[in-house]
Amino acid sequence: MSSELDFLSRHVAMGRLSRRDFLGRAAALGVSATVANSLLANAVRAQGPQKGGDLRMGLTGGESTNSLDPAKWLTQVPQNFGSTWGELLVLQSPEDGSPQPVLAESWEASDDAKEWRFKIRKGVTFHNGKELTPEDVAQTIRRHSDEKTESAALGVLRGLGDIAVDGDNVVFKLEHGNADLPLLLTDYHLVIQPNGGYDKPDEGIGTGPYKVEVNEPGVRHVSTKYDGYWRDDVGHVASVEVIVMNDATARMAALQSGQVHIINRVEPRTVALLSRAPGVHIESTPSKGHYVFIMHCNTAPFDNHDLRMALKLAIDREQMVNQILMGHATIGNDFPINESYALFPTDIEQRVYDPEKAKFHYQKSGHSGPILLRTSDVAFPGAVDAAQLFQQQAAKAGIELQVQREPGDGYWTEVWNKQPFSASYWGGRPTQDSMYSTAYISGADWNDTRFFDEGFDKIILEARAELDQKRRAELYREAALKVRDDGGLILPMFNDFIDARREEVQGWVRDPNHETSNLRAATRVWLQQG
Amino acid sequence: MQILKLIAQRIALGILLLFAVSVLIFAGTEILPGDVAASILGQSATPQALENLRRELGLNEPAIVRYFTWLGGLLTGDLGTALSNRMDIATSIWPRLKNTLFLAFWAAVVSVPLALILGMLAVRYRNGWIDKAISGFALASTSLPEFFIGYVLIFFFAVKLNWFPSFSTVHEAMSFGDRMKAIALPATALTLVVLAHMMRMTRAAILNVMQSAYIETAELKGLSQFDIIRRHAFPNAIAPIVNVVMLNLAFLVVGVVVIEVIFVYPGMGQYLVDHVTKRDVPVVQAVGLIFAAVYITLNMIADIAAIVSNPRLRHPR
Repeated sequence: MSSELDFLSRHVAMGRLSRRDFLGRAAALGVSATVANSLLANAVRAQGPQKGGDLRMGLTGGESTNSLDPAKWLTQVPQNFGSTWGELLVLQSPEDGSPQPVLAESWEASDDAKEWRFKIRKGVTFHNGKELTPEDVAQTIRRHSDEKTESAALGVLRGLGDIAVDGDNVVFKLEHGNADLPLLLTDYHLVIQPNGGYDKPDEGIGTGPYKVEVNEPGVRHVSTKYDGYWRDDVGHVASVEVIVMNDATARMAALQSGQVHIINRVEPRTVALLSRAPGVHIESTPSKGHYVFIMHCNTAPFDNHDLRMALKLAIDREQMVNQILMGHATIGNDFPINESYALFPTDIEQRVYDPEKAKFHYQKSGHSGPILLRTSDVAFPGAVDAAQLFQQQAAKAGIELQVQREPGDGYWTEVWNKQPFSASYWGGRPTQDSMYSTAYISGADWNDTRFFDEGFDKIILEARAELDQKRRAELYREAALKVRDDGGLILPMFNDFIDARREEVQGWVRDPNHETSNLRAATRVWLQQG
Repeated sequence: MQILKLIAQRIALGILLLFAVSVLIFAGTEILPGDVAASILGQSATPQALENLRRELGLNEPAIVRYFTWLGGLLTGDLGTALSNRMDIATSIWPRLKNTLFLAFWAAVVSVPLALILGMLAVRYRNGWIDKAISGFALASTSLPEFFIGYVLIFFFAVKLNWFPSFSTVHEAMSFGDRMKAIALPATALTLVVLAHMMRMTRAAILNVMQSAYIETAELKGLSQFDIIRRHAFPNAIAPIVNVVMLNLAFLVVGVVVIEVIFVYPGMGQYLVDHVTKRDVPVVQAVGLIFAAVYITLNMIADIAAIVSNPRLRHPR
């Protein structure tokens, strides 16, 4: 019986038998639909990617103000569309977070991690027919790291120092050693453009598997297969259409009725409903992104260590995960790193909800009266509910939280990073170093917990230039403990990326780095016909 | 002559109003909280990048200077450049405006005659079950919020029956037939939203006229009920009806943000919302002014229609 099924499933994979017919014959042989489907999936995988077909994605995060200039990308539509036509030097591995070569073929560092040589791939062409040169690469990085730039990658690339071209290589001479440079270059803004995009930053010419065909910001974007593309293990479909759908219900309806193949940002509340729809598959991927409540360590009453500790102990993380994100999250431990990062310290004790201990610290702090917590719909999905839940949990420890709902408009300019206690979120960063240097060292661009600790800064600086992985891991463990026990961060949960796809979409890669398979679902998947 | 003078007065008044609105819009956008540069670059903007952008956008000039520069450009047909993506506003608005007008046109083509006919039928069978059924249906569809109507339509006609697409993204390359199919659901939703208001006003205005002595005369002449309504009552009730119709037409153009969002329709409303959240002042002002112009023009037409349809003004003693 099983040999017959194997035979049949191979026929489906080769396109000689329709999926429906296969399921019918399997049922006739007394095999349940679940087993038959998984047999089929295996056969399809063994068969390898199918080429062709028009992939349509319905994504939130697109506006009529979007531009094709990679320096300006902030939201999901330009990010996803950008990865169809543009390529980076290096990509982060979905499995272990290590750097993987793309346009950079290989790289090597000096012993102090101050000089890096990246060998640029040969035989790659831009969509305008010009060949990729190391000069294009150097110019691109210069454009994004120039102090005058508007690029959002500036924060990551600051202190890059001198960039030079040497034969097939691009050579970076850093001011301070950085063992993570290849991972910093995985930032999605750093799409290599002809002459670095200095001439026409938004012309949409790259080296990616698809070339830009239609660009209607806020409405839709289309790209079609570029014939001169240099590799054949990505870019399976013939064309990609990204349709802007900012309304969650509109996305779900479009997926259910089969008019789009992939959607992003399924709301946690509706995942259970959508997963019951026929032909739809939910892709929930643990991520590095996290939802937080932030306290300013230098502002009363949060300048008191005991008060901060009391609030950290007064939050029930498990209940947050289950009620705010319906289980589509992992529990946080008050430092911004989880196992999706390389060198994650696994042996740090999980902080748990403990109203008694919280009460003890609260009384020791000597504070009385309500504590104002500001929140907003835009802080993170469910932030208003989460703040109210926190209020109830803290009340059991005798701590009175006053929740104030702020308008979403202007929240990031007027409340976040200005008020001493508010709700917020962080997306993941490629490395522990970039996460800590973005928001936790004294001189960080967004030190939104006002955490000033010289000892901590020293640890991060030392770890940055340390090429010995064991020593580095120890340093990062110390750093994590400092943020967890002394910092102003309350981190209840790391959110999952919840995307959904039609069943005919195959080859989905689970990738914790960004949503929709690290923004690369369009180039990684293929469409199963029949 | 008096009638021409009246019409000229209306038009002059409309233009004056438009200027007043332009001042209001400008002042309104000035007092919005937040900062353009921060809104464009978002949460992850560095202070350095912010300062660079702010200088480049010329946000340091005084408001009054910027108002007159803008007004001058406006009068010469130049709506300026969007701050957020440096695109020419006139060229980016035009396709959006066309889409909005396309949807509004087809919604109006269906809803206006339907509302008038249903209104007349309601009068013909007043207080009977037909009247009650028509009024009940229209009031129910208006009482439901428009997003609910939209979702119900999507659920049945797109997800369950698969007759129409669930989203209405339209683009240049589409054929007329595909376009019509794409806008079928949003146009239906809009029709249901505006129907009751027009229908009820038609019914009320005609009923009002039905009390007149000349209607009795018409009845005594032996005309059929529907002919009386169509030929004698309706023309005399036209002024209030036109007013309500124009108000609803204006709504179809400027009030469809919600419908545009849930049906993913690339019209003006979505365009405006995108730019408001980015503090893109020139675009918000331009769109605001276009919306104001639509409102003022349609109301002016209603006024003029009321003047023209009034015999006392047409034939002054």
